[in-house]
Amino acid sequence: MPKSYADILREVRGQIREVTPTQVAPLVADRGLADPSAPLFVDVRERYEWEEGHIPGAVHVPRGHLEAQVEFAVPDRARPLIVYCAGGWRSALAAKVLGEMGYTDVVNMEGGFQVWKSAGLPWVKPTVLSADQKRRYSRHLLIPEVGLEGQSRLLGSKVLLIGAGGLGSPAALYLAAAGVGTIGIVDFDVVDESNLQRQVVHTTDRIGVKKTESAAASIRALNPDVRVVGHDEMLTEENVERLIADYDVILDGTDTFETRYTLNDAAVGLGKTVIHASVFRFEGQLTVFTPFEGPCYRCLYPTPPPPELAPGCSVAGVLGVVPGIMGLLQANEVLKVLLGIGDTLAGRLLIFDALDGTFRELRLRRDPACPTCGETATAAREAAATPAAVPAVEAAAGVDR
Amino acid sequence: MSHVRIPPVLRASAGGNKVVDIEAATVGEALRALATQYPGLQQQLWGEDGTLNRFVNVYLNDQDIRYLAELETPVTLNDTIVVLPAMAGGAAP
Repeated sequence: MPKSYADILREVRGQIREVTPTQVAPLVADRGLADPSAPLFVDVRERYEWEEGHIPGAVHVPRGHLEAQVEFAVPDRARPLIVYCAGGWRSALAAKVLGEMGYTDVVNMEGGFQVWKSAGLPWVKPTVLSADQKRRYSRHLLIPEVGLEGQSRLLGSKVLLIGAGGLGSPAALYLAAAGVGTIGIVDFDVVDESNLQRQVVHTTDRIGVKKTESAAASIRALNPDVRVVGHDEMLTEENVERLIADYDVILDGTDTFETRYTLNDAAVGLGKTVIHASVFRFEGQLTVFTPFEGPCYRCLYPTPPPPELAPGCSVAGVLGVVPGIMGLLQANEVLKVLLGIGDTLAGRLLIFDALDGTFRELRLRRDPACPTCGETATAAREAAATPAAVPAVEAAAGVDR
Repeated sequence: MSHVRIPPVLRASAGGNKVVDIEAATVGEALRALATQYPGLQQQLWGEDGTLNRFVNVYLNDQDIRYLAELETPVTLNDTIVVLPAMAGGAAP
């Protein structure tokens, strides 16, 4: 006997579990994919509906492509899924199919996004990529962990490169290619012929040009989406906080201990993640300093070596590809931090040996007595921040001083 | 024999060697023997007061000896001691 749409729906709703928007609203996560055990909202509407607004952290798998795409979007069949569409009908059918595909914990959200929105529950409007951007970033859009949401996040992100040298050059090019929306570059130097053996963001015809300008020219030629902010100055204790304050992540490609300590101390104070690398001849080191989650640079090395015991690249030399490889590994860490995916190298030091072709990993720990991020230093910083608040409170209370 | 891995910045002071094999019972013993064998390393590794320089970190296999038994950390056959001084080496200028 032929079945009507109403018959099918009635039958399906008898076979699935359903919840209301207000029941599942507390499960909204800022970033659904970041926590693999958290319930995940699956939006099965068409693309034009998704682009008008969706539940934060949801993944988008249109009903028409559900069977073909869901295994890529949600590989874990045991993950709790909350399926929704505009009114709850398409998602009912989707929930049934997901059950048949072996997803074990699937519920349909009754009333769909319409009821969700009219109940005043949180929703976001995704950044809509232009047709050009969809083509340019298509290989990112195909990866579920990046996708439209991740790409939008990258386009809205700000990364600061300290130095447009051997490490900063490859990082600048690949971060620009990846569509990181704002790239700041701190460098006061000009392009020298001896830089070109490894600093691939610069070109022969720009010898003598400021590195910030030279890097900006290459970045713009590669990706006009990227806004380049040149900071044509040396990073010092006086300007470091101003320079780093507006950025999400800092990529440290400097070559002096003084700059590394200055950057470290300010970054810990402002809670900024620093992606750290250094190179020497055939070897490179890499780690991520995430304030208070892992160690900071001072936890590792409370004091710098005397200058005579610490030759830099200009004295010792470096195989050009080594900063290339390490700079790209830095860019990889930047992208993971911005996208909130994977495990960063916080608490791990990666050592690359180009001659052996090996990577070695060492465990790093926070030093509880660290003068920058240890308990005493943190308490002192907080205490120093408090007195400023007292006059403000008094002013608000109308205290006449 | 335990293997002491010499970082690139110190290789010139260690006869150009990348790894030096040393018979020792503790990390401290191994590093003192290393500096005896290659006197150029003495100042790089050890302070005048006989303590390890604070700009040099030492790892037994992948663990920082500061969080083990420091220089008294025992070493066994085929352990690798990694000596890692702070490197300035960025890539600019």
